[in-house]
Amino acid sequence: MTNSGENTEATEDPDDTRLTVTLKVNGQECVVSIDPRVTLLDCLREVLHLTGTKKGCDHGQCGACTVHIDGRRVNSCLALAAVHGGGGEIITIEGLGTPGNLHPMQRAFLENDAYQCGYCTSGQIMSAVALLREPCGASDDDVREFMSGNICRCGAYPNIVRAIQQARRALGGS
Amino acid sequence: MRVFDFVQVSDAPAAIAAGAASPTAQQGASVRFLAGGTTLVDLMKLNVEYPDRVVDISRLGLDGVATLANGDLSVGATARNSDLAHHPQVRERYAALSQAILAGASTQLRNAATTAGNLLQRTRCMYFRDTASACNKRRPGSGCPAITGTNRMLAILGTSDACIAAHPSDMAVAMMAYDAVVHVQGTSGARQIPLSDLYVPPGNRPNIETVLTPGDLVTHVTLPAPLAGERSAYLKLRDRASYEFALVSAAVAVTLADDKIASARFALGGVGTRPWRVRDAERTLAGQAPSDTVFRAAADICLQGARPQSQNGFKVELAKRCIVHAFKQVTR
Repeated sequence: MTNSGENTEATEDPDDTRLTVTLKVNGQECVVSIDPRVTLLDCLREVLHLTGTKKGCDHGQCGACTVHIDGRRVNSCLALAAVHGGGGEIITIEGLGTPGNLHPMQRAFLENDAYQCGYCTSGQIMSAVALLREPCGASDDDVREFMSGNICRCGAYPNIVRAIQQARRALGGS
Repeated sequence: MRVFDFVQVSDAPAAIAAGAASPTAQQGASVRFLAGGTTLVDLMKLNVEYPDRVVDISRLGLDGVATLANGDLSVGATARNSDLAHHPQVRERYAALSQAILAGASTQLRNAATTAGNLLQRTRCMYFRDTASACNKRRPGSGCPAITGTNRMLAILGTSDACIAAHPSDMAVAMMAYDAVVHVQGTSGARQIPLSDLYVPPGNRPNIETVLTPGDLVTHVTLPAPLAGERSAYLKLRDRASYEFALVSAAVAVTLADDKIASARFALGGVGTRPWRVRDAERTLAGQAPSDTVFRAAADICLQGARPQSQNGFKVELAKRCIVHAFKQVTR
């Protein structure tokens, strides 16, 4: 027996446990057919081929998979995609800016060399953009505290803080 | 991760009926409620949790935070930890709760994690999380490698010969100090469980962690109105400055009258198998002028019966100093 509720739809084959889920990603409605176990992270990368969002630890510890749901940053590795069917607006790094029209935070990361290998960078930038809307104090220490959910194994932290502070100034924040 | 049946429910009775089909609400439950997912999905990936059915309760409208007519604060079971921590009423009236939540996890996790999920989160003991290890909590009767192994982060209070797992929550420590009450709806109606009665000692059955039974749905938590003029704070001591579980933490709340302590309440995190509160220790403070000496005496009582393991004996002294320091912050 599968009571799939109003936001997901079971497929017709009773042995097929896949669900049909409609996600709103970067302003587009995406209909996907997925196993209930699929996380939002795996759905973004493997089904929708939005590979800008990275898989680091896959356990909510490193922040590489950070995306926005209704403007709030979350770890997409700990979110089941099916939960977000018919739900909130999901924004990934691909929805933030384009190569010809970077988000100010993306530009600040470039200008401050706020990365080395780049693997954590999309998660760092997604967190940094969300931080602009959060009650984060003005100091570098405040930024470090708010960014503690994003780990950088190259240790680019000083330039990440610098980039975020530059973007905050450019955007007229604190 | 094992295959499961994904169910979305739109009202509490449907959730309760779904949950009641599980033979247990404890370790090994075949039905689990899913809200933020920050504990459950993590543990399902580790095969520590392996429900046959996952019931999405995130759309039940249990996410409100409001002050009730009697002055209590009502906190919905699926209110996000971030929303609770930043709620103006919480920041103003329950400072230790706001501080405790913000001292835990990361912004991303707090944006997803919920009230009930936080209370019911599982221990971070590495043997519990590693299915290749024995663990009496995960596999009853298999043994406790932590007692002879890596136990620096684990509990010194409330432990048994079967389990020394520490309760990892910060939020629950503050709620314990504020005399929180957990409101549950189950197959036989609604009931209220003082938070101090929610968790059961590990004893020889550490797989049983709470008094919850199949079908029980936490709907909300209430916090009585703080006492007039009460000041509170949460102090967390840890290995990293951010994004780390507590070695020791303390939520303290105090009222003063004529420069003497009129009332005091406090609870500890990081040291107990559950958030740790000793009312006898609090009573010694009433009527005393605030000083290191009286706070230290209360701390000594609170830590009575501590059973340090091979690597965490430092927690006894650290906990006492944490209590003293936190009380000094709110009585200056």
